[in-house]
Amino acid sequence: MFNGASNFAKEVDFAFLFTLVVSIFFLVLITGLMIYFVVKYNRKRNPKATNVHSNVFLEVTWTVIPTILVLIMFWYGWVGYVDMSEAPKDTLNIDVTAQMWKWTFKYENGKTTDSLYVPVDKPVKLNLHSLDVNHAFYIPKFRIKKDVYPNQQRMIWFEAKELGSFDIACAEYCGLNHSYMYNKVKVMPQEEFSVWLNTTVPDSTTKNDSTNKSTGK
Amino acid sequence: MSEAIAVPKNGKHPSYLDYQGKHKGFLGWILSTDHKRIGILYLVSILSFFMVGVTFGFLMRLELLTPGRTIVDAQTYNSFFTLHGVIMIFLFVIPGIPAVFGNFFLPILIGAKDVAFPRLNLLSWYLYVAGGLLAVISILLPGGPADTGWTFYIPYSVRTGTNVSLALFAAFVLGFSSIVTGLNFVTTVHRLRAPGMTWFKMPLSVWSFYSTAWVQVLATPIIGITMLLVIIERAFGVGLFDPALGGDPVLYQHLFWIYSHPAVYIMILPAMGIVSEIIPVFARRTIFGYKFIAMSSIAIALFGSLVWAHHMFTAGMSNTGQFIFSLLTMVVAIPSAIKVFNWTATLYKGSIELATPLLFVLAFIFQFSIGGLTGIMQGVLSVDIMVHDTSFIVAHFHYVMFGGTGFGLFAALHYWFPKMFGKMYNEKVSKSAFWLLFVGFNTLYFPMFIMGWLGMPRRYYDYLPEFQIYHVISTVGSWILVIGILIMFGNLIKALVSGKKITDKNPWGGETLEWTIETPPIHENFIDIPTVHEAPYQYKLNEATTLKTQEVK
Ligand code: HEM
Ligand SMILES: [Cu+2]
Ligand SMILES: [Cu+2]
Repeated sequence: MFNGASNFAKEVDFAFLFTLVVSIFFLVLITGLMIYFVVKYNRKRNPKATNVHSNVFLEVTWTVIPTILVLIMFWYGWVGYVDMSEAPKDTLNIDVTAQMWKWTFKYENGKTTDSLYVPVDKPVKLNLHSLDVNHAFYIPKFRIKKDVYPNQQRMIWFEAKELGSFDIACAEYCGLNHSYMYNKVKVMPQEEFSVWLNTTVPDSTTKNDSTNKSTGK
Repeated sequence: MSEAIAVPKNGKHPSYLDYQGKHKGFLGWILSTDHKRIGILYLVSILSFFMVGVTFGFLMRLELLTPGRTIVDAQTYNSFFTLHGVIMIFLFVIPGIPAVFGNFFLPILIGAKDVAFPRLNLLSWYLYVAGGLLAVISILLPGGPADTGWTFYIPYSVRTGTNVSLALFAAFVLGFSSIVTGLNFVTTVHRLRAPGMTWFKMPLSVWSFYSTAWVQVLATPIIGITMLLVIIERAFGVGLFDPALGGDPVLYQHLFWIYSHPAVYIMILPAMGIVSEIIPVFARRTIFGYKFIAMSSIAIALFGSLVWAHHMFTAGMSNTGQFIFSLLTMVVAIPSAIKVFNWTATLYKGSIELATPLLFVLAFIFQFSIGGLTGIMQGVLSVDIMVHDTSFIVAHFHYVMFGGTGFGLFAALHYWFPKMFGKMYNEKVSKSAFWLLFVGFNTLYFPMFIMGWLGMPRRYYDYLPEFQIYHVISTVGSWILVIGILIMFGNLIKALVSGKKITDKNPWGGETLEWTIETPPIHENFIDIPTVHEAPYQYKLNEATTLKTQEVK
């Protein structure tokens, strides 16, 4: 459950876990009290009720404590989000094109693929746009998601922390084959990635030689 | 204000069911301006659409039992979730409790003979039926049923060849039905309260109908206009939202959610009113924190209007926007939490009878708490980025809208059924149905939280094999749930046909005004308008000792 594979995973999973624990606490508290009262003050056992109208101390307590808790939760979420919203300076930039129902990735040297290949431990910035309707670029393992619009640019960035191959899904409904718009992100060691980037594969476009130096670090 | 009540042609004070006015039989129903008959008209039509929606939901779950094709193809599945969503939202939960129980009981609860505008009231039902029929026609016409999801996001909704315009127009018409009901309730509460019924002597359900009505009046026009704009864009290619024509698709999302988030409170507030109404009756004691519950309804209606963009945290808003909308979302949870705590406290030292309505109410509190707490999790920005548009969201909103409002509606139905029809249902059967519903519901939706966190997107016809185990559990849950629903309605229908007759004015021992009038109510509700002296829910007769209390005044 908590096996995220990007630089954001720890923060997101912590925020999730924290809110989850607080939620479970309140759920158990409320449900427990409800069941306890229903049993203890059952009409058979307790034929006469006692009227308690209100208690200002209680009302203040159960307003103030949850307010403090949600503000803490809000803060963790905000801090995590700010990290996602600002990419660092030195990134590997890739253009991502969404269309019904596939993804295309274009590297700075012109190489084009349908799966996303990235080096491990290096910030990667994706520039997202769509050719037709709205889509959303989603890598569950990396805890990232961003809507993709036609005629508008969106940005998303991450730093993969684990080698391997993870799912890319489309998270915004886009018609008939929305659920088949899956692909993979393949995280490789940095040297292997440079070699891969600079090798011409049959489906890639030409001209990778001229731009070698700028990206192949 | 309310029209002079005509003298019945049959006897002096016949029940509203036997009353004969200008028209007889069927016409006497569909041309009646009696708020109670209109409530029943709504009850029948809303529950019929609910069953249609359930059928689509059931079929979707069946399709998702196995990966790949199980019973239908992808296009059909996409229409299923669209129709399911449109029907459940616009034809079931939004009108739901106000149109049925608000119409039937709001005037009675405040000691009035009818709503302020009885004819507008009937008009609202006709608009509802017209909207419903348009939606049905949009399924049947060539072109095929809409496949956009109930949110009609642009540009897909402009591009698809299915009957989107008609479905949008249906929603537009239904919006007017909602506005008219809201207008009617606001005026009724302001103008027609019985002598002595000051604001803080109103039953809590009246407070919640009142706050809901304001949201209906103020927010619904926005969706109406937005839907019209999309129709215009589809028909004439005007570039408002479609980027291909120079429009902005995110603008559409803002306009859509400026209505549809407040609409969430149109859905839940009335159910909260029902809960506040039912707990004191079955706990035989006064409500805890009357004023806090009443004021939290208003707070929810106010602040709920300011959080719409939390549905768009992945759309790429400015960080300032994200900050403000996330913060407000967290804050708007507090009034709901206050209600939950006050309800729980109302059980303290009560004399509790675990009758069917209370069972549904307790399930409401449990399920609404899960829905609300997961809502807070979604308000946490970084977490929402992960769970947005996954089945986590689907679980969350079913917990609120079905586990909350749906169960609230069933609670109200079992609570007021004897008063409405003068018949009693089989309580043993209704309790078994409740347990099936409760177990089925949670089995159906809880796995969706887990799947969603693991990365199962929503509106997916097909899925990766690793998610199958959760889908199977969920589908089995839908079977249990549907059996529960059928038994519940079967039991109520049987009660109508051959149930035990009751004439007892107050079978549950409630203390609000509807329990002081005939069962079933006479046409004009009250022969003499009552004068109200006390706040509701006093329950002085059944008191053990009087604690030092802070009087509600
Ligand atoms: C037997 C009862 C029900 C079942 C089996 C059911 C099942 C489902 C399923 C499988 C989905 C599709 C999830 C997805 O997007 O992948 C869905 C969506 C939805 N359901 Fe239900 N549901 C039921 C009752 C309700 C009720 C009572 C409501 C409202 C009060 C409701 C409102 C919705 C909405 C608004 C959607 C979203 C539609 C969309 O994505 O456009 N459902 N439901
Ligand atoms: Cu998609
Ligand atoms: Cu919302």
